[in-house]
Amino acid sequence: MTHPLRNQAAVIGVGTTAYGNFPHTDEYGLAAEAFRNALADGGIAKHQIDGLVTCRIPSYVRMGEILGLDPAWSLTLPPHGRMSGIGIIEAALAIAAGQASTVALLYANIGRSRRVNYGGEESPNIWDPWGFTSPGAAHALMFRRHMELYGTTTRQLAEVSVAFRRHAGLTPGAVMRTPITIEDHETARFITEPLRLLDYCLINDGAVCLIVTKADRARDHAQPPVMVSGFGARDRFRSASIPNFDLEFWHDAVAEAGRQAREMAGVDRTDIDALMAYDNFSPTVLFSLEGLGFCPRGEAGRFVEGGTIGLGGALPMNTDGGHLSNSYMQGWALNVEAVRQLRGGNGARQVKDARVIQYVQATPCTRSIIYTRG
Amino acid sequence: MSYAKPLPKPDPLMAPFWDGARAGRLLVQTCRACNDAHFPPGPVCPACLSPDQEWKETAGPPTLQSWVRFHRAYWDGFRDDRPYPVCLVQLAEGPLLVSNLVGDAAGARLGAELRVVFDAVTPEVTLPKFALA
Ligand SMILES: [Zn+2]
Repeated sequence: MTHPLRNQAAVIGVGTTAYGNFPHTDEYGLAAEAFRNALADGGIAKHQIDGLVTCRIPSYVRMGEILGLDPAWSLTLPPHGRMSGIGIIEAALAIAAGQASTVALLYANIGRSRRVNYGGEESPNIWDPWGFTSPGAAHALMFRRHMELYGTTTRQLAEVSVAFRRHAGLTPGAVMRTPITIEDHETARFITEPLRLLDYCLINDGAVCLIVTKADRARDHAQPPVMVSGFGARDRFRSASIPNFDLEFWHDAVAEAGRQAREMAGVDRTDIDALMAYDNFSPTVLFSLEGLGFCPRGEAGRFVEGGTIGLGGALPMNTDGGHLSNSYMQGWALNVEAVRQLRGGNGARQVKDARVIQYVQATPCTRSIIYTRG
Repeated sequence: MSYAKPLPKPDPLMAPFWDGARAGRLLVQTCRACNDAHFPPGPVCPACLSPDQEWKETAGPPTLQSWVRFHRAYWDGFRDDRPYPVCLVQLAEGPLLVSNLVGDAAGARLGAELRVVFDAVTPEVTLPKFALA
């Protein structure tokens, strides 16, 4: 039996800003630009928007005022990296429930121009007296475990950074475009050992907008619709005091969210043409591959060797360069990239004949979304 | 010279932990109703939701679950210590703690037994740290 939520919502517009250092503007200015770009992209009139999701924007009501919106439905999300999957799924659910028909999702980040560094006094936690801080350090703890448990090496981890940097070089507007090698990775400075600078995401300003509508209206617009075909979720909060950390690499949560998404979408793992994985730090890419079952547990290091996850490989991942090299839009830009790949026409970075693309965020709020061509 | 690293923020729930550390004891919040041990402490037991909690000294040896070295200092007080070691410790009762690995770390491996070492960093604050057993 077809899942009742399969293909009930579609992405009909996407908009992004330039990515970089923009001290002259703020979240509202950037989000407004992304919103205008998404409306123009989809040939959508502003009055058609009756739902609003905001994330990492100081005031949702001010955002609505700036854009002249009185939505039928809205949702405000905190400025955490794991909110993009949540927002898109909630928008699809609101549409399926009839709470809204066309939802604009807005995300903005001004971390570069405001010198956000995601550690120390900026994000106090109970481990400060021992000097433990920052999400990257939590990923370093996880990657050390992965090395010890499975023999994974930093050279294998380098494959992730090298592949995504190559993709960024093919992506207009990507922040980091100069190609890197495994040796560059291995000689980059340590931040939290065993992780090095090239294992860490960028910090840059920018904004993203996606516009999602009811499937039966999706064909009335300028772009071919991209269907939200399936999604899944699983949260793990029981070790939340060690932020961004999971002793088991969120393995079972990712497996469960992936299974839900595949079943809803009616696709098999072998149908996935490309994978967009939340890559705040390179180890999560390995955790995502294992959780989703693209390789056996513990073997993601070997799996990524030799270009498997690069364009032209068996499973292209983060074809825009991801957070590591394109832009730190906390998952939102990866969902836009899934849409752009399914529309086609992306030149040298196009995944050939892409029909099914999966997004996953291996985080305390694990989410996965499967998009297909409409 | 005054101590320049971050100190624990005042927190009534954590007070018994810091009192214990100052007295050379590593304590963990434990449920009187179901015996679940948990850290950091909460107002109720995460297993059975009983508010009836006590602090017990940990029994068996803790084990090393991960370790890293910070080459970046997010506080000026850690600048001269770089690279400094941080470890993930599992108490015999199950809870995870983040701390510092002191002494020779050459024998570090997953699951290695540890012993607690008490570092009195100020007259009021003693930090439990860990060394390979
Ligand atoms: Zn209990």
